[in-house]
Amino acid sequence: MTVATESPAGRIEITDLGVVFGRDDRRVEALRRFTLMTTPGEFVAVLGPSGCGKTTVLNAVAGFVSPTAGRVVVDGAPVTEPSADRGMVFQQHSLFPWKTVLANVEFGLKMRGIGPAARSAQARSFLSLVGLAGSERAYPGELSGGMQQRVGIARVLVNRPRVMLMDEPFGALDAQTRLAMQELLLSVWREVKTTVLFVTHDVDEALFLADRVAVMTARPGHIRDLIPVKLARPRPAEILASPEFMALKARVLAQVREESGRAWGEPRR
Amino acid sequence: MATAPLVRAPAAPATAAAPFRWASLRRPSLRALSIGLFLLAWHLATLWDLDIYVRFQNIPSPGDVLAEAIELFGSRVFYVHILASLERIWLGFAIATVVGVGLGLAIGWFTFAEDTLLPPIELLRPIPAVAWVPISIMLWPTERSSIVFITTLGAFFPIVLNTIHGVEGIDRQLVRAATSLGAQRAAIFREVILPGALPSIVTGLSVGMGVSWICLISAEMISGQFGVGYFTWVAYGIVKYAQIVVGMLTIGVLGMLSSLSVRLIGARFMPWLPRRAKDGR
Repeated sequence: MTVATESPAGRIEITDLGVVFGRDDRRVEALRRFTLMTTPGEFVAVLGPSGCGKTTVLNAVAGFVSPTAGRVVVDGAPVTEPSADRGMVFQQHSLFPWKTVLANVEFGLKMRGIGPAARSAQARSFLSLVGLAGSERAYPGELSGGMQQRVGIARVLVNRPRVMLMDEPFGALDAQTRLAMQELLLSVWREVKTTVLFVTHDVDEALFLADRVAVMTARPGHIRDLIPVKLARPRPAEILASPEFMALKARVLAQVREESGRAWGEPRR
Repeated sequence: MATAPLVRAPAAPATAAAPFRWASLRRPSLRALSIGLFLLAWHLATLWDLDIYVRFQNIPSPGDVLAEAIELFGSRVFYVHILASLERIWLGFAIATVVGVGLGLAIGWFTFAEDTLLPPIELLRPIPAVAWVPISIMLWPTERSSIVFITTLGAFFPIVLNTIHGVEGIDRQLVRAATSLGAQRAAIFREVILPGALPSIVTGLSVGMGVSWICLISAEMISGQFGVGYFTWVAYGIVKYAQIVVGMLTIGVLGMLSSLSVRLIGARFMPWLPRRAKDGR
């Protein structure tokens, strides 16, 4: 069974994005003049303190929320609604509990009207890509958290999206599983070559995975710094202890700490 | 029995080689004993014509009831009553399911439907279905249709409310996930809303089945010429006291079997739920 797993890599252009929720005294300005461009096939991590609007950036690219100001364009087309071209991997509990693992992964293909046989063949190759061959008939409730997230990734990638959006997908996992999942994600990404926008509050995770790390300010969020991560790929887990990594981490950590201080309302100097 | 340990028998599955243990019979035999004692108390109360504020002089004994049951189940006429009740339950429950689930899905999913359809439902809900009997007799041309109406009404409210609750309880993130996988409105309804609301719908059906039996029996006792409820009430009028108890037990068994079949059929449609939840315990 040889099904091509490669995706068309998309170019994301987010220009002066502003998102405001609610109105009057309940008005919350999540993003203000957020600008970020990715090249096709790039892995960009968005890093920031909790409540800085990281997830709102993803939701805007996914088409779940509409911008109050500015625009989001993917491959030249403005984003107006959700699409299988921009699949989202959520933090947890987003698989359909009533569908088997195979049916969850087949979902996008079914929506495109692809017949059962072709659906099953494609879904199976993406399941083996994430190391879950053999679990096709299980229900999500029977899987561990890490396995559920792997299904979530396969379910998005089977659609050959231009962009894969990931909202702290490993945030609910224990440390060992998280590292294994990060390595798995990198090896999968090398195969599918899609553009990834990955939101996290974990500095190690952002630096280990991404080509560039976008550090966000406290709310209303925009990008404070864009840091290229020039660590060679493939990246083994050992680089987490390398002096090069440590130097980058110190730099990013200082920025993140300053922004979380702001988010928590510390006096500004 | 004296050597049986006081702790519960282990719940782990017994292996084939495990020796037979009296302890494993302890709880079933206690339960059987409990029923035996209840029947004995009933028997003695009627044997001695007990009169301790409650009076047992006219109450039939377990033996009388058994003899009457054997006779009744050997006659054709009793089945006519059972079939009449079953037909009304089936019809009323089927109508309540179609209307209740349909309205519940619409109200839960569309705000406009909630604003236009829910207020009259909320207004009428506190009225017990039995209170509808006089109006129902005036409203419907035949006795059969008026009793079916009461039965439908009883099942309708739990079904519609649980369906609404089920739709509203669906995680919005699942809807978002579906749209970002390419699902359009109709597909979201079919693939997410319907299965997501199903556990709650089945709960509503199970409760609705119980309520519709209560309503059916009440309606049959008040008006009618057929049905187990009618039979039980008439038995009182014609001083066939053992028949009353046979009628009561028949109603109990039929009600239990109907609720059980609703739960079993429901569980067949929800293979993803763990077993424990399916047993309804």
